[in-house]
Order: sequence, then C-alpha cells, then structure tokens
Amino acid sequence: MTTFIFILKKEFRQIFRDPAIIRIIFIMPMMQLIILPFAADYEVKNINIGIVDHDHSDYSRELISKIENSTYFRLTGYTNTFKEGLKWVEDEKADLIVEIPNRFEAELIKESKADLLLAVNAVNGTRGNLGAAYTLGIIQQFNQNIRAKWFQMPDFNPEPIIDVTYSSLYNPLSNYQFFMVPGILAVLLTMVGGFLSALNIVKEKEIGTIEQLNVSPIKKYQFIGGKVVPFWLLGFVILTIGLIISFIVHGIVPGSNIGVLYLFTAIYMLAILGFGLLLSNFTNTQQQAMMVAFFFMLIFILLSGLYTPIESMPGWAQKVAALNPVTYMVEVMRMVLMKGAILRDILPQLKIITLYGVVLNLLAIYTYSKQNS
Amino acid sequence: MEHKYSIVTENLTKKFGDFKAVDGISFEVNKGEIFGFLGANGAGKTTAMRMLTGLSIPTSGKAYVAGFDIYSESEKIKLNIGYMSQKFSLYQDLKVWENIEFYGGLYGMSSSQIKSTTKELLSKLEIEKESNSLVKELPLGWKQKLAFSISIMHHPKIVFLDEPTGGVDPVTRRQFWNMIYDAAAEGITIFITTHYMDEAEYCERVAIMVDGKIEALDKPFALKSRFKTDSMDDVFYRLARQAQRSDN
Amino acid sequence: MYFTDWQGKPKEAIIKLAMEQLLAFVRKEVYHILRDRKTLLVLFGLPIAQILLFGFALSNEVKNTKIFMCDLAKDNFSFQLTEKVHASKYFNVVGSIDIPNEADEVLRKGSAHLVMVIPADFSTKLSHSNSASIQLITDGTNPNLASTIQLYLRNIINDFRNQVFEKIELPYTIEVKSRMLYNPQLKGAYTFVPGVMAMVLMIICTLMTSVSIVKEKELGNMEMLLVSPMNPLIVIFSKAIPYLALSLFIVTVILGLSVTLLEVPIRGNIFLLYGVCLIFIIASLALGLVISSITNSQQVAMMISLMGMMLPTIMFGGFMFPIENMPIPLQVISNIVPAKWFYYAISGIMIKGMGIKSVLKEISILLVYGTVFIIISYRNFKIRLE
Repeated sequence: MTTFIFILKKEFRQIFRDPAIIRIIFIMPMMQLIILPFAADYEVKNINIGIVDHDHSDYSRELISKIENSTYFRLTGYTNTFKEGLKWVEDEKADLIVEIPNRFEAELIKESKADLLLAVNAVNGTRGNLGAAYTLGIIQQFNQNIRAKWFQMPDFNPEPIIDVTYSSLYNPLSNYQFFMVPGILAVLLTMVGGFLSALNIVKEKEIGTIEQLNVSPIKKYQFIGGKVVPFWLLGFVILTIGLIISFIVHGIVPGSNIGVLYLFTAIYMLAILGFGLLLSNFTNTQQQAMMVAFFFMLIFILLSGLYTPIESMPGWAQKVAALNPVTYMVEVMRMVLMKGAILRDILPQLKIITLYGVVLNLLAIYTYSKQNS
Repeated sequence: MEHKYSIVTENLTKKFGDFKAVDGISFEVNKGEIFGFLGANGAGKTTAMRMLTGLSIPTSGKAYVAGFDIYSESEKIKLNIGYMSQKFSLYQDLKVWENIEFYGGLYGMSSSQIKSTTKELLSKLEIEKESNSLVKELPLGWKQKLAFSISIMHHPKIVFLDEPTGGVDPVTRRQFWNMIYDAAAEGITIFITTHYMDEAEYCERVAIMVDGKIEALDKPFALKSRFKTDSMDDVFYRLARQAQRSDN
Repeated sequence: MYFTDWQGKPKEAIIKLAMEQLLAFVRKEVYHILRDRKTLLVLFGLPIAQILLFGFALSNEVKNTKIFMCDLAKDNFSFQLTEKVHASKYFNVVGSIDIPNEADEVLRKGSAHLVMVIPADFSTKLSHSNSASIQLITDGTNPNLASTIQLYLRNIINDFRNQVFEKIELPYTIEVKSRMLYNPQLKGAYTFVPGVMAMVLMIICTLMTSVSIVKEKELGNMEMLLVSPMNPLIVIFSKAIPYLALSLFIVTVILGLSVTLLEVPIRGNIFLLYGVCLIFIIASLALGLVISSITNSQQVAMMISLMGMMLPTIMFGGFMFPIENMPIPLQVISNIVPAKWFYYAISGIMIKGMGIKSVLKEISILLVYGTVFIIISYRNFKIRLE
C-alpha cells in the first residue's frame, strides 16, 4: 500500500508539472462547454425565404405578410423572376422560394383552385424538409382563412374533430441548449479521460523510463492503478466545474439526485481510462496513440446519440451504439440532469458500465507486459 | 551451485526471427565481483542484459540471477537487483528528491527510510542544494551519478549498468567508478556493459562478446598476456575484427 | 550532350540539383509515413468509417420512435388508431401503461419518448358529439425531436380521422407543388461528404505534418537538416509533399466512396473540385508548418492542432452545426475558419454544380490564407536558421 502511495504521488506531480496538460484538462473543455452549446443548435429556425410574386394581388400580399409575420422565417426579398430566386438559393441567401403564379387570386376565386410552387434547397435534407413543412402549414392556415371568408361555415361542424393536446415534460422552455449541455459534458469527460490515458503509458515508452519500472518489483495492478487514479479524480473535478458552468452560463440547475451522477461518472471514468490505457499498451509512439485514440473517440461520439437519435439508426448501428460506453454516459447525464432520474432508473446503464469498467481495466492490466518475448 | 554465484547462465540464447542476437552464452559471475561486459555495438550485450533483468524472455538456455530462475521467478529477481540504462532512467520532469522518493517507494522502502536515505545520498553526491531542482536542469554527469545512486539505494544484491558512462567527461567517469568501487565494497555485485576499453581495466573480470557469442572471458591482465599485448584496446580490436556483423 | 548543357545553362543545373535533393528528402519522408502502419491504417480508416457512419448510420430523420400507449378506451377505434401508429415507419409501439400517471416513470427511464393517452370516452365522443380528444405526453429533453414527433403523430391522427369519416371535398383549395432542389431524395450525404473532406484534410495536413516536424525537432534531427547545405525551403517542401500526395489520394478515396456507395453526384467540374482541394490542402499544410515552428513538444503541437484547429473546423465548418442558428458573435468568428469557405466551395461545386465564377470568393479567401501561412512559416524557419 505504501508503494502505491508513492506511485500516485509521482503521477500527480507529473500531471501538475506539465502546463500543457493542465491547459488541456481545464481550459479547453471549459471553453467548449461554454461555446459549443450555442453553436450546436439544431433547431430549425430563421429559415430564409425568398418570394417570387407574379400576381401582385391582395391575396398574394396577404400570404406574404402571413409568412413575414411567422417567427420561423426571415425574408430574403421579393423578386419578379424565378431565375433570381434560384440565384438566391445558389448563393445560400435563401433556403426556399415560394412562387406565386400569375392569376393566383383570380383562379382561386373562379376555379376554386390555384397552384403555388415551392422550391426548396435540399442540400441539407433536414432543414429543407422542415422548412417545407412549416411553409405548408402557413399556406394551409391562409387557405382556411380564405375558405372561411367565402364559405360561411355553419355553427355545427360537419367534420369530426380529434383534439390533440400536448404536454412536454422535462424541458418546459424547449431550450435546445438544455439538451446539448449534458451531452457535451459527457463527451468532455470521455475525451479528456480517453486522450490523456492513451498518451500516458506511451509517453513513458518514448522517453524510456518504462524500462526502469519494468525491472523493479512493481506489480502490474499497481502500475495501471497509478495511472488510473489521478485521471479518475480529475474526472470528478471536471464534472464539478462542468456542472458549475452549466448552471452559471446555461442555467441548468442540478437536482438533489446529483449523487447518482457522481456515482455513475465514477464508474464510467474507470471504463474510459481502462480503454485509454489499453490503447496505450498497444501503441509505440505518442503520435500513433493519438491517432488511434482519435479514431475510436470519433466513432464513439458520433454513435453515442449526442447529435442524432439512436432510434434513427439502422439495426446494426444500434447494436454498435449499445456496445458503446459513451452512449450510456450521454444517456445518464441527460436522464439525471433533465429528468431528475433516481438510482433505480439508471440501474440498467450502471450494470453495463460496471461490466465495462471491470473488463477494460483487467484487460489493461493483463496486456501491460513487463517483458517482451 | 546457484548460491555460490550471483549470476549463472547456461547456453542462454535469444533469437529475433532468424537472427541470433545472443548465441548460447554461458558464464558465472561471483558474488561481489565487478564484471565487465564488452562488445561492439550490436554484439548482443544489451540483449543479454535485458534477459538477465527480466525485460526480455530468452528463446532457450538457462539462467539464474541472485539464485532465482529467470523464467519462473523474474519478479523475485526484480526485488534483488538494481538497474541503470543508457537511456535516462530518471524522470526529467520530477525534482531530484521526488525521483529518489519515487524509486525508494517502488522498492517498498518506508517514508522514514526514504527520508534518511535521501539525505545521505544527496550529501554523498554533494548536491544538497539541487534537491529541489528538476532533473532536466542538472548537467549530464550529475544525472548519471544520481541515477546510479538511486539504482542501488534499496541495497540490491546485483546492479546492472548498461553503458552508464556514455557521453560523460573523463573526470566524472573517474568519480563514477569510485562510486562503483564503493558499492562493490558493500558487497553489491556489479554487472556493467561498456565500450570504453580503459573502463574494462577497472573490472575484475571481463567477457568480450562478438556476434552474440562470448569470445573471451578472463581477468584483464590475463587477457592481455594471452594476446601478448599491454592494452585492452588491442585485445578487443583483435577479437572484434572477426565480427561478421557491422555496426548495429 | 548533357555536359555542354550544364555549362551553357548553369541555372538549370542548379535547379536540377535542387530537384534531386528534394526527391531524396521526399523519399525519406515517404518511408517514414509508410513505416508506421497503425497510423496509416487510421488515416485511411478515418474517412472510410466516417463515410459509412454518416452515410448509413447517422441521421436526424425521425423513425422507429418508441411510444407507450395508455389506452383507457380499449375499443375498436382505439385499437385501430394504435395499429395505425404502430404501422407507421416513424413509430414503434413498445408497451402500454394502465394509468396516465405512470407516464412520468416511463419517460424518465427512457423506455419511450412519448405516451399517447386515449381517454375512456374516445369512441362515444367521436361518434356522437363529433369531437374527441387525445393527450400526448412527450419527453421534451430534445425539443426538436419532441416537436417533430408531435407533428407526425398529429398527421397520423388526422389520417385516421379521414379514414374513419370520409373526407369532404373542400372548395377554394390552394394546391402546393414542392420541388426539392439539388437533393430530391433528401439524403444527408449531400451535407456531410464535403464536411468529411474538410475534416480529414485538416487531420492529415495540419495535424500530421506539424506533429511529424516537431518530432524531428524533439529527436534533434531537424537541426541536422538545417545545418546541412540544404535550402530550408527544400526541407520544408520535402516534409509537405508526401502529405500533399497522401491527401489527394484520400480525397479520391472519399469521392470514390461517395459516388459509388452513397450515390452522391459530382455535378460540377471535377478539375475545379480538385483545384479547390489542392488550394485547401496547401493552406492546411502551411498551417501545419506554422504550428510546428512555434512549439517544440509533440503533445503541444497535437493539442494546438486538435483543439485549436480541428474543433473550430467541426464547429464552424458549417457541416455539423448550422451556422445561421448561432449567435451573431459566433457567426462572425466562423468567417475566419478556412474550412467554412472550403465547405461552401466544395458543396457548391459538387452538389449544386456551380462553376468557377460562383465560387471565386471562396477560392480567393483560401488562396489568401494559403499565402499568409506560407509566408509566416517561411519566415519562422528562416529565423531559426539565423
């Protein structure tokens, strides 16, 4: 035990002596946590709309003002030619174009039917799709108003109506930042833990000090333990600072069940550090370790459900996501911070991540070889 | 027989693919002896030492270090040896006293033992003032002497020194060898590789490796008289000339 | 013949000598790169994995959303509606609860994203008073997902109503004809392929180059090269050229995978496309050289490249996060990220088939970046020499 304490002292000293590492551990993640939620806003808003009005009638003006008054849209401008409208789309000035044909009002009144053309920039599929859906909604509303004007609806509604009421839980303000912040915090823990541990053993290999340890009576578990514990404790520091920033900058109030989050993070950090050390055992240079770690981190993070919902993935990718420890951290972080989940709610995730922690660290100890054959 | 000697090897061999880095070497090192291991670059000295210290598993052959089998009891061997390599074994980003404390702790010394040993060690090296400096700020010679002192601070039975005096000025080398004699006087067996021939003269016995084999093993003066010359340089040159392997 | 040429045109001979020196150095760099198999594997694996993930695994499309039913009616109508919801590709009915109060626990555990409550009097109200109600309790953690699934469910419920009660033909109808420009199937691939290119090029050119040069510094080899009678320009070029070749090769791999696997078209001129890539590659390489000239530690070079360059590329490149949603200060900052201009140019040429005139602004900005980085790195290396 005393030996282990000396090993820990050494690891801590080395971490705190390197200003570059300190900067990585504290400043960079915090900057990300402050800035990224503002940047990572997938809410489709401020759709730029261009209008090609050939009709110049009362109706066309009424429709345009309806669109203008909607909160979703930002008007790019009016034009008389569809060609200019297309130019706007090409230059990314407009996301979609509404073309009101000549005789729009006249046909609607006379033929009881009129056409409208919607041209959507679909390079970004999601944005295009939702933009079109919003526009359709507004046009339908406009349509109903016209109908109401021309066709006196009787008091008794012949159309049966199913009234749908909504209640949205956990994020009453529908604030997208509230959704992103916990996820980003989970990713930060992953990146700091994963990179630092992956680079750590390999650095001792590069400078040659590992030989000195290998000829000493150090036990494998002492060596790996000495590498794990300091970064593990740093995980708590990062989590705490992260929660404080989330509170101050983004207004996320951690509930009374925050202990659950610390418990889960404690086990999760063990798993991630074990993984990093495992990589470190299999690489020979820091450059190599960094590239390999980067590769895995990227895949883990993309498949974690941070940016895109896991349900939207095809079956095989869902299976991969289920094997991905980051998935569980993102999930639990959101469950605890947003939904106020209690220990019982996160038990399934806790079991899986415990298994990961044990297996990965045993593997890291097992594959760390004091000898080469 | 293992207990009479510090190190015993029989036909110790290490192959990397088809390449025999160490080709069936057999020798004994007496307790308390200063044993020199000589050879050109690539002759197999470092590989042999890595097997004896448990860093590398032999392909075949037997060896006992401090009475323990290098195959089955390598962790017991590690408790009884010290090691200093040509690469720097100290942490450059730790302070002098922090390095001492760490290595002491690694060998199971208690805090109070470490404290007193640190004091002793620093005053012996006359670098008490540098206790709080980072190792990377020390001159090369000091680092080497410090590394050696640390490698024997837990009083091992044998200490392995892998080209410890590379790149050091003659005065410091002289001081370094005085430290080696002091350690030997305490009963520590010294196993040292070098390619400085003048250092070979300081050893009680030397083994000269050529192409993975031990071509000669004897006291320096005996070797000189066998080759009818008065310098070890000459002895080495005549043996090494037969080498098939070039540098590295 | 050769000899007379040499005497007649010494300038050419000097250039020839320089070329030979350059070639020798390039060869040495190529060996370094090829020797490190694990890193090489990652360099190729990274774009391939990204293409596969973005192409086949990741989408913001809503499908198979987990739903719990709280069917208090349990009659013909409510069964029909449940059936209809389950049949839609957007939803999967994965369970049911007996009382609405249990909804919170279901949503909190993440067993479902939405609980649909059909009241006991659903059918009677629907057939007699022509008006019934349904309650949707949504997990609002992800507001986008919540509002989208609400929208889809409302459509399904409306469909259900129209099925049950024949729809009445309404007068004064505006018919909307939609045209999806450039990407009629609404594939996500169109957005991310140029993004993957920007990211991978940043990794190879900026990160790998800077780290490999700093590594030579750490090992002391750089000084050896700089004291040799070699022009420092040759040393720098020889570092950059293999990565340039590697980058162009990987661009080809990405384009090949995109066209064959993801069926993303290359609508514009392919030479223009490669031209823009080349400019971006040179700018990124020069940036890598700048980074390597300001630090002596591999870890620091890594972190500057990774955190200082990669992250802004991902954040402000325009392919991961919509720039138009960002607060104004961040939108302004995004303009200084070279990857943003690269992304605009590439997606313009590839997807929209734009010509050189339309991307002239982006190309000029990238050229300016490249020139500035080259000048800075050349200066820094010269200073080191003196």
